[in-house]
This record gives sequence, structure tokens and C-alpha cells, in this order.
Amino acid sequence: MAEELFGTGGVLEAIWGWPPPMLDPAGPYAAPVTTLAWVLIAIGLVVTAIIVAALYVAWRGPERWRRALGGERAVWIGGIAFPALVLTALLVWGLMLTASLSSPITGTERRIRVTGEMWWFRVDYLGPDGAVIARDANEIHLPVGEPVVLELRSADVIHSFWVPHLSGKKDMIPGRTTLLRLEADRPGRWGGVCAEYCGGPHALMGFVAVTHEPEAYRRWLAGRMIGRPRPSGEPLAVAGDPALGRQLFMDSGCGACHRVAGTQANGLAGPDLTHLGSRLTLGAGILPNHRGTLIGWIGDSQSIKPGNRMPSYDRLSAEQLDAIAAWLEQQT
Amino acid sequence: MSSGPLAGTATGSPPRRSETGFDHDLYRRFPTSEPRPEGELEELERIWCAPRGWELLTVVNNNYVGFFYVATAFLFFLLAGILALGMRVQLAAPLLEFLPQDTYNQFFTMHGTVMMFLFAVPMVEALGVMLLPQMLAARDLPFPRLSAYAFWAYFVGGLCFFASIFVGLAPDGGWFMYPPLTSIAYSPEINTDFWLLGIGFIEISAIAGAIEIIVGVLRTRAPGMTLDRMPMFAWAMLVFAVMIVIAFPSVILCTLLLEIERAFNWPFFDPTRGGDPLLWQHLFWFFGHPEVYIIFLPAAGLMSMMVAAVARTPLVGYRLNVLALVATGFISFGVWAHHMFATGMPRVSTGYFSAASMAVSLPAGIQVFCWIATLASGRIRWTTPALFIVGSIVIFTMGGLTGVMVAMVPFDWQVHDTYFIVAHLHYVLLGGMVFPMFAAFYYWIGMTSARALSERLGKWVFGLMFAGLHITFLPMHLTGMMGMPRRVYTYLPGRGIETLNLVSTIGAMVLAAGVLLFLIDLARNFRFTADDSAGNVYGGGTLEWLPTGLYSARSIPVVKSRDPLWDDPAIGRDVAEGRYLLPNSATGLRETIITSPVNAEPQYLQLMPGPSPYPLGAAVFTAGFFLALTVQAYAFSATSGVLAVACVLRWLWETDRPIRQTHADIGAGITVPIAITGPSSHGWWALNVLMVVMGMIALMGVFAYLYLYGIHPEVWIAAPPLWQTGAITALLALALLAGWGARRLLARTPEGEYPGQGPWLTAAAGVAVLAGALYRDWSGWQAAGLDPAATGQGATVFMLLAFQSFCVGVAAVMALYLGYRSGRGLLTAPANVTMDVVGRFISYCTVQGLATTLVVRLLPGGG
Repeated sequence: MAEELFGTGGVLEAIWGWPPPMLDPAGPYAAPVTTLAWVLIAIGLVVTAIIVAALYVAWRGPERWRRALGGERAVWIGGIAFPALVLTALLVWGLMLTASLSSPITGTERRIRVTGEMWWFRVDYLGPDGAVIARDANEIHLPVGEPVVLELRSADVIHSFWVPHLSGKKDMIPGRTTLLRLEADRPGRWGGVCAEYCGGPHALMGFVAVTHEPEAYRRWLAGRMIGRPRPSGEPLAVAGDPALGRQLFMDSGCGACHRVAGTQANGLAGPDLTHLGSRLTLGAGILPNHRGTLIGWIGDSQSIKPGNRMPSYDRLSAEQLDAIAAWLEQQT
Repeated sequence: MSSGPLAGTATGSPPRRSETGFDHDLYRRFPTSEPRPEGELEELERIWCAPRGWELLTVVNNNYVGFFYVATAFLFFLLAGILALGMRVQLAAPLLEFLPQDTYNQFFTMHGTVMMFLFAVPMVEALGVMLLPQMLAARDLPFPRLSAYAFWAYFVGGLCFFASIFVGLAPDGGWFMYPPLTSIAYSPEINTDFWLLGIGFIEISAIAGAIEIIVGVLRTRAPGMTLDRMPMFAWAMLVFAVMIVIAFPSVILCTLLLEIERAFNWPFFDPTRGGDPLLWQHLFWFFGHPEVYIIFLPAAGLMSMMVAAVARTPLVGYRLNVLALVATGFISFGVWAHHMFATGMPRVSTGYFSAASMAVSLPAGIQVFCWIATLASGRIRWTTPALFIVGSIVIFTMGGLTGVMVAMVPFDWQVHDTYFIVAHLHYVLLGGMVFPMFAAFYYWIGMTSARALSERLGKWVFGLMFAGLHITFLPMHLTGMMGMPRRVYTYLPGRGIETLNLVSTIGAMVLAAGVLLFLIDLARNFRFTADDSAGNVYGGGTLEWLPTGLYSARSIPVVKSRDPLWDDPAIGRDVAEGRYLLPNSATGLRETIITSPVNAEPQYLQLMPGPSPYPLGAAVFTAGFFLALTVQAYAFSATSGVLAVACVLRWLWETDRPIRQTHADIGAGITVPIAITGPSSHGWWALNVLMVVMGMIALMGVFAYLYLYGIHPEVWIAAPPLWQTGAITALLALALLAGWGARRLLARTPEGEYPGQGPWLTAAAGVAVLAGALYRDWSGWQAAGLDPAATGQGATVFMLLAFQSFCVGVAAVMALYLGYRSGRGLLTAPANVTMDVVGRFISYCTVQGLATTLVVRLLPGGG
């Protein structure tokens, strides 16, 4: 059953796949590394060819060539001088690039705190005073053309934050806050994963980075601010029985771990569900978000992502699950 | 330049100056021309014969122990390979359920752990035990019982450790075991303890082997085999063993710390109480990266020797190669943090580690070009070893190039912890170690098998393995760049990595088919023999190809060049006819010639121990001690520990026996002393190496203390008052005096007289004072309010005190042993190895205590 849920939506396919993300940069912190990667790959191919050719010459090359290759002079040239030259050049480039990529943080950047948890990402948007102004999970929204600093933390074990389209990875270490400066140069959706083994279902711990044009971003964030009044008027029309779903959600104890703003559900152990309806993925970046996957996740999350901290609500009937899913879909 | 008779080429003439006063003209007496008396060879055979039947378990001769060792290491290679196949099947397609998540996590943890700790390091050490004595033309390694102990400890401990996977208790925190994932909060089961205690224990075996190899290479070479004429493998093993001695204490310490944190809640890695998870990473990788070169260098040494044999010409660039080995050893200790580029290290540090990581590829380049130059200067014969060698050069180069790529910090930030790294490390390790090992199997099998392996099958073995390797690992570079992280038990469909993974899985099967074919070849052709082997199938020029028996070469040749068998075609016959040194047993016992470390001038004759059940017993009980600790059977564990110590003491009992004969004729009228003490003795060298190991553990402990102070100074409390530090220093000075005085008392006793109770009592008093100083230190910190479970400071300070307690405990056992020997009249004046060892160890404990006490009480945080 679990397999059918994966790969049924286009969201996840579109953000991964060909070309390799790190060779398809979407920002100034990834682009120079792509250039570096191509140069390194070229050097690798050329040097491998040189070694294979040298071995061929050693085997059945002309006598004169073999004599030239068969002495200490060849070792000095091929094994010392040549690599020293190439490596020195690479090192200088690498150091300069490292310096420019880790350019000092000015303190005026927009800040987002991302906390690695077993096995999902908590995302807190910070205001200029450092207070949390919006809460989300497993999805990070960024404005295009503006540097953003991510405060990376861990709630339990070591995780690592990686969106290859946007930048290299940075570890999330208990007891520390690591900083990662990011910038996107075009709107889009970019896949991210936890890259440090963190036990159990580490393989299924991902997220999506979504980049917006500045104006769209401003609007998006305004709609997410904590304490903003609930939109007046009719809730989003959905199929099914969302009212029953709300009741079941509260009665089943979901609120002990999950928070839904404006309700009595205020748990902090699990992802914030206030805007679940508009999220692209479920289960930390692994399932496309629609009614079918939402029902599947609530009813049987343990066979989709074995070992995750949410129990399978398999005692609920199909109708009940559908109702909860319907209500959650309304939370946009 | 002088053109006198003494000037010559690097290898042609004897060294100009004597190192020990030995007259090099004496070498001209060999080969002797007089016929040897009847019966000498038979006597050698009788003295060196191996026990039969069940008693074979007590064998200590390197021909047997080395073979057992290699076979066991190869078994672990196969087992870990099977785990890898299971993983590849699981990853053949997305979301498969061939291996459940927890099983997969155990599989990849065990695959890495077993390959690194139970296969690669033991395998190269095993090859050293098997090949070195013959290569150096020594009768055996200098401490045969230590080799036997190292082997059995590894054998018993390794198999028990591996068995944990059959009951689902195998560790699952990754071979790197990063806390806090492996701390008690996130890994409450005993899986992790299996790793910590199992591996910690196998490290002990590796260190025992390293001590053996250092002393063996430096002190048991054939006369005339100067450092400049050593086979390249001996050079590699020397660097290898020195690296083990420096690197392994670090991993021993960090496994200890984590085990203590798990068992007693001392917060070394817990940031909420002043610990730091990155402390583990620094300690682990300070071992973990040199580890890679520890594996690679011996294989490179084998390559250098085989390349010469395959091309039938001396190695090009011998000295450059030695330089490369030594340089690799040095630089490899400066690269560890390149595993941590993504942790947010300061930019200056990443720059330094990036530069060092690139620099370490220079010596590798030198070696690769030396091999290519050697092949070019001779004529390649396409035998199976040649195929593996050439294949290995290509594969290793490719792995080295991706290594340079990941040494570039920005590139590493992208591919770190992805399948790109999986590809990189497998290229390096297979090309740098596994392929050379297979070449070596084919090349050296003639030393231990009555038949050589099949050349026809061998070519298929190579073809399948070479193709399989590329099919498996080449696509992984791309898989990683596509975004697939390492250590994932499954992956999602629709990410463009299905085909790549399927290809990798098919490749793994091809690689496995190659290994399987090798096993078939072994089954068909391998016939173990200790003394009637197939011999020099591939025409090597070094001493291991002399005609040998269990006693190695019958007489020990004078070495005049790097490839003696090529330069002197008669040497094999002369050696076998006893025309060189020690053509017989000079004392009627097992013995070998100890030579000087640089020029290999004969110094004395070492008597060697024969078969004994005690190394086996000590190993079994050491394993019992650690394994019982894992499952918290403390009473059983304690009993095992006591029995292990008893076995060690019993085995040592005979090694320092008084002998009447003081000098022996080692041939052609050359007389050397038997069994000496002091700086020339091989025991003194071994003890010094052991002290380096202990010192490294203490040093890394001090590093942990300073590191945690740097990270969390806010939890530090002030040290106890200064007068206390003064008192401890005074006590330790007194202990130092006692350690020295005990030996002095013995030295002043005239030869042959009974020294009385004075010497051992002085030593015992020294230990008592040491214990007093320790008590003062410990209680002082307690009174100052330091709690080991409360802060990182408490944990590290009490850890250093606990380590000092362990050392003092060992010193106490030693003093009692000395007393017992003294009572039995075995403490011979004026010099005695046991007295030497005990006295020096007491002095060592004093210095260690002094250093650690002063650092933690006076340096930052202490005042």
C-alpha cells in the first residue's frame, strides 16, 4: 500500500531528477561550485587518461618513450611537479571560493531558524528582534534576490541541512547554532534532505525549499504571521465532513503533539499543522500532499516511514480518516 | 668525490662507519666454505617443529600464526562483503523491503566496521606477521607469543562481535558512531556497547601487533640489511606500525569516553552539561583518517615489491618511495578535520585542512609514478599479479582524483555524505588495498601453499572484479551528485536515481562473482604447508624466496643489496647449505639474531619462546572480559579479567629465565652475547613503544579537557588549592626516585649474588607512593566539589584520574610479580629484564601523573 502513495504526484519528481541539482544552481551560493565541479571533473578525466596512457606506454610504447618514462625524472615530473602545480592552483581557487561563500554575516539579513528533529525539520521565521513570527515545518520559503541566514540547530542528534540547488550542506549540531547564508536567483521549488545519518528512518527525512519573487514572498509571509486573525468568511470548501474531522482530530489526541493555531491543539513535539493544507509534501518531504496521501499517512504512517514518532491511527475507519484529512486540507 | 674502495653506490658497498663497533670486514667471511657438521639441520627442524593435533592451537611460529591471521581477516572480508550484497539488493529499486530499516542500519554499520577494523587493519598486520620474518631473514618476529595473543584476541573477539548481527544486536549507529545518536538517550540498547567494547578490544590487538612489527623491522633484519636496503614492504610496515601507535590510542580513548558516558552518565559529549558532540568527531577522525593510510601504506609496500618482480627490474625511485611513505605518515595526521568541513568550522581551519588534504596526494602521486616508471623500465609479464597491479594503479588514481575534488571545501560542502563519497572511498580502498591484496595473494601464495593458484582462473577473477568495481562504483559518483545521501536504507521513486542504483547492484554481483571464482581457485589449488611450499613462482628478488623451513632460512645471509636473490644467484644454495650466519642453533633453543636499527649489525642472540597455551588463554579471557562487560555480566567479566592477567604473567614467567651460557658463536667465529638488558635490548624498545601508546592516550585525554574548556568554559570551577598540587608533585617526585632507585640497588649487587628484598621492595614502595599521590589528587578534586557526572570538566578530570589509576594498578601488579620472582631467586643481578621493565614503568606512571595533574590544575580553567 505504501508504495502506491509515493510518486503519484508531480511535486517531488519536478524538484529532483535530471540534471543533477548541484550542477543546476539556483543561486549565487551554488553557481560558483557548479563551475568548480565541472573543472574538477575535467581535471579528473584528463589525469585518468594520462595515467592510462602512461601505463600503455610502459607496456608497449616505443622504446624511446619507455626509456623516458622509466626513470626517476618521470617521477619528478609526473608525480611531483605536475600535481604540485595543479594542486596549488586548485588550492588557491578553493580558498578564495571558500572565503567568498562564507562571506561574513552582516546581521541585517532575514533570519530563519531550522531545527533538525528526528526525523523532520522545524522551521521558524524570525523577526528583526529575533522573535518567532511564523511557524512551519518541512518547507522553507525564501525570497528571490535577497540573502537569507539560516540558523541551524538540532533538537536531538546531529542532522545536516542540504538543498543542493541553493548551496552546500551544513550540519545541525546539538548545543550549537550553525549559520548558513543562502540566496536564490529565481523562483521555484528545490528539494532538500537530511544528509547526516540520524538513525532509524534517516533515509526518509527531507523538505522542500520554495523561492518566491520578493512581492509574492511578502504576501506569503504576511499570511503566515502568528497572531494574524483567522481569515473571515467561509472556510475553504472541501469534500467530506471537515467538522467531524476537527472533532476527531481533537478527540484522538493529535493536539498533544501538533499545533493548529486558533484551536486548542497546541502540541510542540511534532510539526505545526496550522498551514498543512497548503504544504507541498507530507511526512517530511516524502509524499506529495493530497487527500489520498494524507489519509494514508494518518492511518498508516508506520509502514510509510517506519520508526517515525507518529503512531499509525489504524483504529480509525476510512470515513473518519477522510474527515480528518478534509479538515486538515482546510488549514491553509 | 673519492673513488677509494669505500666509496660506492647506495646499495653496493657496506656503510662506511660502523653503528655498534661491529667490524664490517667480518662479513667477508661469508659465505663460508667449510662443510657444516652433520645433524645441524635436523636439530633446527626438531627445535622449530610445530606441535601436532589439538596442540597446534598453542603454536606461536609466524608461518602458522601469520597464515591463521590472514585466513581470518579474509573471512571477515567475505562476511562484510555479503553484508554489502544485501545492501545492494535492498537498494536495487526504490522502497524495497528486502532488508527492514533496522536490519539495514545494522548492515551498513557492520559493513563499514568489519571492513575497517576486522578486515583491513588486521589483514595488513597479518600479512606483516606472515611475510616480514622471511623478508628480513629472521627466524621469527621478536615476540612470537605476542603475535599469537594478538591473533587469538582478534579471532575470538572478532567472531563474537560479528555474531551480534545474527541476534539483531549489532550496532546501528554507523561505523563512525557519532554521539549523541549513540548516547544512551538515543541508543539505549546494548548494540552500541558491542561496538564500543568489541572495537576497543580489537584495537588492543592491533597495537600489540604494531609493537611487534616496529621492533621486528628495526631489530631483527638480516646482517647488512641497512635501512636503505630494506624491502619496501618492511618500510611500509614500519611507518604503518608507528602510525597505529600514534593514531589508535585516540580511538581507544573516544570509545572509552562514550562507554563511560553511557554507563556512568559522565557528560563528555552532552552539550547541556558542558560536553560537546564534536569532541567525538575530533578524536575519532584523528584516528579515522590516518586509518585510511594505515590501510593503504602496507598495500603500497606490497605493490612496490610486486611491481619490481612483475617488470623484472629493481624499483625505480626507492628513496623517493620511502620518502613518500614517511611523508604520507606525517601529513595524514593533519587532515582529520576534512571529515568535518560541514560542521561550521572556522574558515582558517578549513583552509589548513584543505591544504593538508591536497598535500597528502603528492606522496601518493610519487608512488604511482614510481610504479609506472618501474613498469616502463622493465618488461611487464602479464601474470595475474600484474593485472591486479595495473588495475589497482588505475583504480587508485581515480579514487585519488575524487579525493582531491573533495579536499576542495566548497565542492565537499555539496558532495559530503552523499554517494559521491561512497564511490570515492571505495575506489581508494579497493584500488589502494583490496586489489593489491589480491595481487599479493597470487604472488605470495607460493610461500604458504604447496601449489600456486591458477593463472587461467586468475585472469577471470581479475576481469570480473575490475569490471564489477567500475559498474558498481562509477555510477555512484553521479548518484551522489543527483542528491542521494549516504546511509539510507531506501530511496524514493521519481528522483532519477533508480537506473543508477540498479546498475550499481548488478555491478556488485559481478564483483562478487570475481571473489567467488577466487574462492573456487583457492579450493582447487590451495594446499597449506608450513615448510614445503611452491616457492618463487613469479621470480621475486627478496629474501622471503630463499629456501625456508619453519625456522625460516637455514642460515641468515649477509645482505649486500636490495634484491639479493637477483644480484647473487648462488645465495639460495649457500643459505640452504648453512654457509651464512647462525647455520645451526647455537644454544639448542629457538633463537634469532638481533641487529642494530640502522645498519643491521649483529648485536646479540635473542632466545625465543616456543609454543604456549597462555597467549591463547589470555586472549580468550580478555575477550571474555570485554564481551561480558557488554552484556553486563560483571562477575563473569571480573573473573575473566583476573584470569587474563594470570595468563599473561604465566606466559611471561619463562621469557626472562636465567641462562648459564652468556655468549654464542653465530658462525665463522663471530661471537655475540645472549640476552642483554638496557637500550640495546629489543624488550627495551617494545616497552618504549608501549609507553608512547599510553602517553598518547593521556595526551588525547588532555586534549579532550582543553577542548571542552574552550567550548564550555562557563561550567568550569576553580582547581583545588595550590599547596595540594605541590604536595602531589612532591609525592610523584618521590615515586620517580623509587623507580630509579630499585634498578640502581639491583645494579649495585655483584653478579651472581642474591640482591635481597631491597630492589623489589623499593619498587613496591614507589607504587604505594604513586597510589598515595593519586588518592590526594582524586580526593582534592572531590573536596573542591567537582562531580564527574555534572560537567564536562568533572568528566574529563576524573577520566584522567581513572586512567592514572589504571596505570598505577598495572604497576602494582608488576611490583607484586617482581616480588614473587625475587622470592623465587629469579631476580638476577646486576641486570634483569623484569626489573628493567617494572622500574621504567613506575617512572613512566610518575611522569604521566605529573603531566596530567599539572595541566588540569594549573592551565586554563584550573586556576
